Amino acid sequence: MIAADAKPFLPRGVRLREDKVRSRWVLLAPERIFEIDHIGVEILKRCDGRGINVMVEELSAVFGAAPSDIRGDVESFLKDFAVKGIVSL
Amino acid sequence: MSKIAPPIGLLAELTHRCPLQCAYCSNPLNLDRRGVEMSTEQWKSVFTQANDLGVLQLHLSGGEPTARNDLEEIVAHCAGLGLYTNLITSGVLVDDARMKRLFDAGLDHVQLSLQDVDPLNADTIGGLKGGHAKKLALGEAVVKLGLPLTVNAVIHRHNIGSIETMVRLALNMGARRVEIAHVQYYGWALKNRNHLMPTREQAVEADKLVRHLRQELHGQIVIDSVIPDYFARVPKPCMGGWGARVINVTPSGKILPCHAAETIPGLEFWTVKDHSLADIWNASPAFNAYRGLDWMEEPCVSCDKKASCKGGCRCQALALAGRATAADPVCELSPFHGGLEQLAVAATDGPLMPRRITAET
Repeated sequence: MIAADAKPFLPRGVRLREDKVRSRWVLLAPERIFEIDHIGVEILKRCDGRGINVMVEELSAVFGAAPSDIRGDVESFLKDFAVKGIVSL
Repeated sequence: MSKIAPPIGLLAELTHRCPLQCAYCSNPLNLDRRGVEMSTEQWKSVFTQANDLGVLQLHLSGGEPTARNDLEEIVAHCAGLGLYTNLITSGVLVDDARMKRLFDAGLDHVQLSLQDVDPLNADTIGGLKGGHAKKLALGEAVVKLGLPLTVNAVIHRHNIGSIETMVRLALNMGARRVEIAHVQYYGWALKNRNHLMPTREQAVEADKLVRHLRQELHGQIVIDSVIPDYFARVPKPCMGGWGARVINVTPSGKILPCHAAETIPGLEFWTVKDHSLADIWNASPAFNAYRGLDWMEEPCVSCDKKASCKGGCRCQALALAGRATAADPVCELSPFHGGLEQLAVAATDGPLMPRRITAET
């Protein structure tokens, strides 16, 4: 479970960037590179410490879906990366 | 020919200078002297070109990369480009203030080598009194700054019994990853192979221990380890394939497909002083020599695993089978595989020859 007032952020040593040469976005971490799809990019761009509520609100505007419909997906995305130590909660 | 995929990583040997004298040093016998090292501006240009070419992660290595006093400037330049910077260091030249400057410059990750847990033995292996204590201090500074730390535990006959205590030390230091790095026999290390190689029993025991520790410490620390080459039966896809993923740059600006590639006679290497990095990657004879699978001989040609192992390591094939186009003798299908077993059995206890700058000492 992710706390309702969680403030996800990318810890030092993790970088989200556009990989222009390969026309994609990647998340760079120690000895690892993850390819990120466009939904993931929108989530990770908002891992800036402002909190999961603001994040879900903004994403619902971006994707035209109700916050209650996307919150579960956002949480499970963040949890997957948190377990790997790539996102801090 | 289809378009050549761009490189993803770059290993920069910023300098060959190093305060340690490890007998297992895998750098070449003859090292680049300080006078031929590239300038700050030349290195910056290499990194800018690498970024344009598609490189995402940089490994700042050596020698000891912190022996260069322009490292902060180099890191800041790379961070500005969005390149991921990994500092591969022995840690003995960096105090807290310098580490803070590297952190401020935008460094992403530190990989710190350890020689042992026992300070006396560690210092004997590294050849620098007080070195181990300095390494521990650097590890502490890195973790305190909030930078991810990986401990690289270099393992061989003289410390293979310390694997468990080294892993636990890494955990206590706050490292998130530890690499059990069995010595590879290239460059200077090849001279000491006979006294560096563990026994088969030691290698098997070490493998079992690592599996056990991985289970016990799951979620606390990631343990990376592979079976030491001479005891394996399947070769590793060296560098992810020749000219497939990684570029190696020497201190003087020579561009290599791997850091031991110069041991292969007859290859023509280009330098960034004469060619662009993109030209070297795409068109230099050395990079194209063993790219893809077309250069292979039997047993590789008709093997269904060739796409995954890529034939193993070209430099090891040359060193042990006599030809760079042969199958890596680590493969049990190689006619030279039995020779590896003999080398492993023949290894004995004995003194190691510390690293010297050149072969002629």
